[in-house]
Amino acid sequence: MCGIAGIIYRDGEHDIGVDMTRMLQSMKHRGPDSTGYALYRPPDDHIVMRYKLADANDARDYEFSERLERNRREVEARLVALGAEIEEVDSDTEYAFRVKFRYAGDLKTIADYIEDVPGSEVLSLGYSLEIVKDLGDADSVSDQYHLSKIRGTHAIGHVRMATESDVDISGAHPYWAYPFSDVAVVHNGQLTNYFQWKRRLERNGHRFQSECDSEIIAVYIAEKMSEGMSLEEAMNLSLDELDGVFTYICVTADALGVAKDEMAAKPLVLYEADDMVALASEEIAIRAIIDHEIDTYDPYEREVLVWTR
Amino acid sequence: MDAVGERRVSYDARGLAEPHAEAPRIAEIDGDRAVFDAKELTTRQINLELRWLLYEQGVKDVTVLNPGAKHSIGVGILTRCKITYAGSLGYFGCGLIDGPEVHITGRVGWSSCENMMSGVVVIDGNAGSLTGAAIRGGDLVVRGRVGARTGIDQKGGTIIVGGSAGSMTGFMMQRGRQILCGDVGPGLGDSMYDGKIYVAGKVKSLGIDCVPGEWTDADTELIERKFRIYELGSPPEFQKFVCGKVLYNYDNLEPSERKLVIH
Repeated sequence: MCGIAGIIYRDGEHDIGVDMTRMLQSMKHRGPDSTGYALYRPPDDHIVMRYKLADANDARDYEFSERLERNRREVEARLVALGAEIEEVDSDTEYAFRVKFRYAGDLKTIADYIEDVPGSEVLSLGYSLEIVKDLGDADSVSDQYHLSKIRGTHAIGHVRMATESDVDISGAHPYWAYPFSDVAVVHNGQLTNYFQWKRRLERNGHRFQSECDSEIIAVYIAEKMSEGMSLEEAMNLSLDELDGVFTYICVTADALGVAKDEMAAKPLVLYEADDMVALASEEIAIRAIIDHEIDTYDPYEREVLVWTR
Repeated sequence: MDAVGERRVSYDARGLAEPHAEAPRIAEIDGDRAVFDAKELTTRQINLELRWLLYEQGVKDVTVLNPGAKHSIGVGILTRCKITYAGSLGYFGCGLIDGPEVHITGRVGWSSCENMMSGVVVIDGNAGSLTGAAIRGGDLVVRGRVGARTGIDQKGGTIIVGGSAGSMTGFMMQRGRQILCGDVGPGLGDSMYDGKIYVAGKVKSLGIDCVPGEWTDADTELIERKFRIYELGSPPEFQKFVCGKVLYNYDNLEPSERKLVIH
């Protein structure tokens, strides 16, 4: 089933960590397996990388902690070797890390070199975007990663009920559009021409970290945008080129867009005000952050809507 | 001690079941009218309170304040009564009802009034997809717009939509009427078996075996009557759509009758 949510403010920074947690927690019944966030802070000239070296439910063998520590040092050594100036390293769990650094080169080089370290997966890489995802409901993931202190302009989130692949961090949304900075996607639905697109995109040099069909949407959109399309054009094209049932939200550093398939098979409720737009699989999620009476509506089939911050 | 036949929920990964909920009995009752605030109540508490009022306290007119778009509110009410929801309902609102006259001042989510048997539901705002799925009787009036697949598998009753409707409206409809005042998405009346669909706006495309129908005086009478009852103003001009019956390629005989013909 899965639940998706998005929020974009047009009047500067807000407590997006708190807002997104409220929205996702109210939709816990749509997907209790895992919860994920893509949060956008105002960009600066630092790159923030979120990566993980293991999963919460991995077996803890004798050497588990030592191996994580060794691999973490290896990741940082490789960043330095590529010429990055590391400014901050944080970790909210023993297996997931956040590194802030200055770097002028190509992001694909970093992502590929880091993911060569055993067990590592780059969850997000960008000037503004940070992706946090883990097993459990929104409240527990937010507490674990201290998301209540994160302020920013827009965010998307996802509660997952796994249907197509495993319950682990790799299978959780949102997906970062490797190797393009600051693009992320959450998706509710199933893609039926997933393998075709996976092979096409792999031939163009992209890597896929999970067996999840939703991951291709992020890379597909980002690739079209890197060829010069706008977010809206790429999303409109996806309605013809992606088969299956879907409602997905795609975000970039300054825009948030939503697309629905031609059957309008998956739900989405939309609330638009002058200063913000909130959208979610269920109205109950929008009401979790807005205390007054509101008017909402469902977009129709083949609708693509894009808002900028 | 559990009631006889009641199963105890021992494991609930999602924390949704409320096995020990009881009617909170907070409603202010005034004769046969009652009002209560649902803001702090869970889904089950709201439904238990409604049932307590309607079935045990002899209340005939209930107002529920702040329903807050919660799901599955007011389902399976099987008595003649009046219920007003001052706000919005989530998914599955007012499903499986038989008798109530319901007024919702906000909007509703997906699958509202599913399998309604009789009564009236008036929704002032918009409605999600699958509105009035498989309804068998009664009137369902949405003053705003509706999502996709309105009245899928409709087996009776009347659905009236003031605004526009999404794709596959009237999909597999078997009987009943739909009066759609706005524009309609692609696949109108796809695979319908019978029934009538009236559209005042533009139809993006007709579904398989849905064809324009011949207008009769009975159609004019129906539309004028419904517009009068629900105070929708003067009716615009409608087009009528019915089943073309070209998909009727199964034979109409019962298995026992078929034997007689063959031999």
